[in-house]
Amino acid sequence: MNELALLIASAIASGTPLAIAALGLIINERAGVINLGAEGLMLVAAIAGFATAVHTHNDFLALLAGAAASVLLTAALGVLLIWFNTNQYATGLALSLFGSGFSAFVGVSYTQENLGAHAAAGIPGLSRLPWLGPALFSHHAAVYFAMFLAAALSWFFFRSKPGLALRAIGESPESAQALGYDVRWIRFAALLCGGALVGCAGAFVSVVATPLWVEGMIAGKGWIALALTTFATWRPGRALLGAYLFGGVTMLQLHLQGRGVSVPVELLTALPYLATVLVLVLISRNPRFIAANMPSSLGKPFHPGA
Amino acid sequence: MKVAFVYVGPVGDAGWTFAHDKARKAAEAALAGKVKTSFVENVPEAADAERVIRDLVDQGNTLIFGTTFGYMEPMLKVASDSKAVKFEHATGYKTADNMRTYDSRTFEGAYLAGVVAGAMTKSKTLGVVASIPIPEVIRNIDSFTLGAQSVNPAVKTKVVWVNKWFDPPKEGEAAQALLDQGADVLMQNTDSSAVLQTAEKAGKMAFGWDSDMSKFGPNAHLASAAIDWSPYYTKAMQDALGGSWKVEPTWWGVKEGAIDLVSISDKVPASARDKVAEVKKGLKDGSFVIWKGPLKDQSDKEVLKAGESFDVKALLGINFYVKGVEGKLPSAK
Repeated sequence: MNELALLIASAIASGTPLAIAALGLIINERAGVINLGAEGLMLVAAIAGFATAVHTHNDFLALLAGAAASVLLTAALGVLLIWFNTNQYATGLALSLFGSGFSAFVGVSYTQENLGAHAAAGIPGLSRLPWLGPALFSHHAAVYFAMFLAAALSWFFFRSKPGLALRAIGESPESAQALGYDVRWIRFAALLCGGALVGCAGAFVSVVATPLWVEGMIAGKGWIALALTTFATWRPGRALLGAYLFGGVTMLQLHLQGRGVSVPVELLTALPYLATVLVLVLISRNPRFIAANMPSSLGKPFHPGA
Repeated sequence: MKVAFVYVGPVGDAGWTFAHDKARKAAEAALAGKVKTSFVENVPEAADAERVIRDLVDQGNTLIFGTTFGYMEPMLKVASDSKAVKFEHATGYKTADNMRTYDSRTFEGAYLAGVVAGAMTKSKTLGVVASIPIPEVIRNIDSFTLGAQSVNPAVKTKVVWVNKWFDPPKEGEAAQALLDQGADVLMQNTDSSAVLQTAEKAGKMAFGWDSDMSKFGPNAHLASAAIDWSPYYTKAMQDALGGSWKVEPTWWGVKEGAIDLVSISDKVPASARDKVAEVKKGLKDGSFVIWKGPLKDQSDKEVLKAGESFDVKALLGINFYVKGVEGKLPSAK
């Protein structure tokens, strides 16, 4: 049973960056903007966060620096997408490619740096509980931040007025504009908030999860986060659970190997991606289901007219 | 004489390429005034490698080292067009009139690390984060296990394959999975320090690989199996200078100072240090052999009878787990 507790713990830890990034991307997509630059943004945030951690030895500042770096790039993306109405898919991909190249370039001198030991993490008192302690209460603060964020966003989207306005803009920017909302600036704000979270997730990978910097270390987590938004049908709670599920699949294959279960390693490595495709197929089978959940203006340019 | 090196990674990778570059500098210093070296880093194992090597020939280099397996074909091609230049290829098996191979007996380092691991483990379970299932890596997992069993016969080894040489986040997750399953001493045949850092975070123990990694995990670090290419690089350059260069494979180990267990932690008891010293002495004077009988494989089948030992060819082709390694080998049918 103890191993199960540890498996749950590592599934949560490994799913956390996916969850934070996916929640950020849900904010964007609920407003009707898709940000395909996530992978590149996470890489830039990872090196920004790591460099900050090397110089300040402060995790919190490092996560903040990662978020800030990502917000800067997202702002450029926002200007292009929202005011110049460039194609959201092509521009996002370009940003992603730029981010991976740029992060490799600025990161060269940090490949041999070492962050040193981390302080013990967890919730005092609760982390000592048998079984539940190691499984749920011994994590880095950012892990609990992701859980809080999912709850807060659920409330924001479905229980608050600004959240309703944001969803309205994602459904029909024209109607929202007719109601007096400034679609462009609200979309821009949503994009920046999302970018900050994506950056926070990237910095989490290089500062907390694997405290070192290597070129390309995000290794597809940005793409999985993008898939997660659809997987979760744009609902924050489902995104959190989906992220833990993906984290769990990754860790489970490593655990199975350690147990000597004879399964083809290559197939196990591909499992998270296969799971994504499978879920996409399942939910896409019902067009009404997708239509009821997917923001209608997602990916489409908006011209406010005169 | 102008000598050039082609590296697959950045010189700052803290592992494989770092060790090659350190040796390049040492060899140049040892032969000061007689050789001038240069290097190209981050050269992928693809068509680019051939272009880079041709370029180095055009620049007037007469001795060229390629430091990764994937340069084998590109180097062969350039070698057949540039007969006046001598080529040295690390970890490969194909040669030409002007191209020879060299490698390090990393398994001797793995065995020495195993001796320390066997003395330190409390759970009697070791974990190895493995890269790609080729004989070199399987030989290292086996040798690590044999080393541990030489001091603690009940030791078992769990293995997780990540199918990459260098993927720190995945190496770290694999290390965590092994710790979760009760392993308390970890070893790796991957190139980064992520396994050591994961052990440090969890308060467990681990080793450095390729280079001295003690600074990446001051508490977890038990020792590093570090490769030293400088004796070979110095010799190869001397061969080329003195005209005694001829095509023969080189596979140096502890005896020639090409691999060693360095920075052994103060936590390791004196008895284990003595045992390490004894094995090293035996490897140097030839009185000790790692791969000797009686030796059983995972399924309890006798591979070597008492008194027998593997020759170089058998060593190069090892493709089975020894007794005590758990799980099934991915490449085994």
